[in-house]
Amino acid sequence: MFNQLLLLWSDSPALSLAIWLVLAVVVLYLGRSHAHQLFRTSGRAVHGAMRLWGRAIRQLEDRLVARNRDVLLAMGRRSAEAAIERDFKRVHTIMERDLSRYPNLHRKIADAIEKIEADYQEASDAPPLPPAWSEVVETVSALPGSSDPAVHKVLDNIREVIEDAHKETLKLYQKSSRERHRILATMQPQWRSLDQNLGKVKHTIDGLEERSQTIDEQMQEYAAIRAGEDKALNALTASSLTQFLIAGLVLFVALLGGLINFHLIAMPMSEMVGGTSYIGSMRTSDIAALVIILIEVAMGVFLLESLRVTHLFPIIGSMDDRMRRRMMVASLTILTLLAGIEASLAYMRDLLALDREALNQTLAGAAVVEAQFRWIPSIGQMLLGFILPFALAFVAIPLESFIHSLRTVLGVVVVGLLRVLRLVVRLIGGLANHVSKMLVHLYDMMIVVPLAVEHWVSQRRPRQDKHEESDWAQEPLVEPDQTMEVKS
Amino acid sequence: MKRLLILGVLLVVVGCSDAGRPDQRAVYLLLDTSGTYTEELDKARGLMAYLLGALDSGDSMAVALIDGGSFTEKNIVAKVTFDDRPSVANGQKRAFKETMDQVLGNIDRGAAHTDITGGVIQGHDYLTETGAGQRYLFVFSDLEEDLKKGQIRDFPLDMSGVEVVALNVTKLRQDNIDPRDYAKRLSHWQSRVESGGGQWRVVNDMERLGDLIQWR
Repeated sequence: MFNQLLLLWSDSPALSLAIWLVLAVVVLYLGRSHAHQLFRTSGRAVHGAMRLWGRAIRQLEDRLVARNRDVLLAMGRRSAEAAIERDFKRVHTIMERDLSRYPNLHRKIADAIEKIEADYQEASDAPPLPPAWSEVVETVSALPGSSDPAVHKVLDNIREVIEDAHKETLKLYQKSSRERHRILATMQPQWRSLDQNLGKVKHTIDGLEERSQTIDEQMQEYAAIRAGEDKALNALTASSLTQFLIAGLVLFVALLGGLINFHLIAMPMSEMVGGTSYIGSMRTSDIAALVIILIEVAMGVFLLESLRVTHLFPIIGSMDDRMRRRMMVASLTILTLLAGIEASLAYMRDLLALDREALNQTLAGAAVVEAQFRWIPSIGQMLLGFILPFALAFVAIPLESFIHSLRTVLGVVVVGLLRVLRLVVRLIGGLANHVSKMLVHLYDMMIVVPLAVEHWVSQRRPRQDKHEESDWAQEPLVEPDQTMEVKS
Repeated sequence: MKRLLILGVLLVVVGCSDAGRPDQRAVYLLLDTSGTYTEELDKARGLMAYLLGALDSGDSMAVALIDGGSFTEKNIVAKVTFDDRPSVANGQKRAFKETMDQVLGNIDRGAAHTDITGGVIQGHDYLTETGAGQRYLFVFSDLEEDLKKGQIRDFPLDMSGVEVVALNVTKLRQDNIDPRDYAKRLSHWQSRVESGGGQWRVVNDMERLGDLIQWR
């Protein structure tokens, strides 16, 4: 068919091809304006459509950014409110615990001060000063000795009396001083008590001051969140991403724990539900083991919900305390029962492994040897079977964090994807526009010969026209519209 | 509507629940008791220990003897389908081993003739009846058939879906004279099995039974 068409004009392929080429060029030249219009309109249409798409994506992106902002701010606000509330509760506790006893403490301090004052007053009472006995004794001793024995005796008596009186007075003075020292010594515990009480007050006040500083900082953050500041928004986004990563990591660890738990109970489960039945492509015993683990996780979620540690189910959180307590007891009981079942299954697994080992020894023709200290791994497996369900129960905490942070992370990821999509759409639009222009030029390149002729004619004609105008003042041969088209 | 939904869910669950899975295994072991091959039967104990260790709950196993007329259920000396519960299955394995020890202990004289084809057909029937997904027929023999007069065994075998494994195929005296006889014997059985739709393997090293059957 192609060959027939090729040789339509002549038996020589080259000549025939040349005729075809000329025909094609003529046809293309004649259809030039329509082809240009087609390329341009198509390019503009695609460009316009892509711009519209881009605008729509931009609007969607803006809405999503606004939604992310709202979600993030709402989460941050809730978190800040909870933190501030918690700190106020702590302050309240400090006030209630320490400062409620302040009147008592004040009374103690006042008593101590009063007692110290009284002691001080008592200690400050001056003891009777020893009179100037020494001077009298010295004066009496210095009296010139008399030859009269009676006088001498009298003087001796006087001296003795004076000396006795001096000794007595000194003794009294010493006693009084000792008493003052004793009183001063009794003041020491009062001082200590006073110091301790003041120390307690200082500690409490310092704690309050620290707490008030924390509250101040949190209030500033809260105010920034409420004002919707970019700084607060960035901090919340970063915090959310960190939370997402940490929660994801903990969930991964929990998943590994669940996997170990699964392997611990899957084999003995075949003793209960049989090892040959299948649901779909999975063994029924494996599904049963999986269901037990999932129920444990569900019970853990309910337990932590009823303890108000997590807030995944608002209906549980809003229950009255009595109902919530019942739910807590129920979920804890079921969890404990399941942990007990898992421990027994783990023990059964150990028994089955022992039996299998003994069978292999029998099949090999060897005497069955009982391994020593076999009870250690048995107890270990049982403990593992009992503990793992409780450990898995705590998965609710990272799960909640993961779900909450997932909203933000998903929002950020979707915004990123929309940005990329917008860029791609704009690129496609620009490319379509550019390609349409390229096609116009390419089209012209194919009909370059007739275009050159046309160009030559159009250049020659104005000169001829001018010449003819000057001669005969005739109208131009080319219509104005055609001239415009050629120029375009 | 609600009842219909519950019924639908139940139907899906029951429909998905499948008691007999295609990956269940069935093993039929043919032990040659003819002539001098009885001396090799001690090696069969190791093979049985391997099979009992490898098979699991839901799998089936049967052991039959090859003698002058093997196409009969009477030649099946022990058969078992292991229970769903692993502990019960272990008990069954112990009992099976004891039975086989007794059977092998009682074989003191070799059979006069060797009807391997009859045993293979009987084995195929047994394996088909089990409905297992993986079917193995182990032939513990030198593969030298010695039929009674009048026995007709030269017809095509139906071995579809069965993997036939020839074990411990010992060389005979005439193989030492012309080793091509041994190769001819093996290729003859291979062509019979493969033309019948089965798969064929030869394992002569009884110390290397690791991948004899597919593990679950």
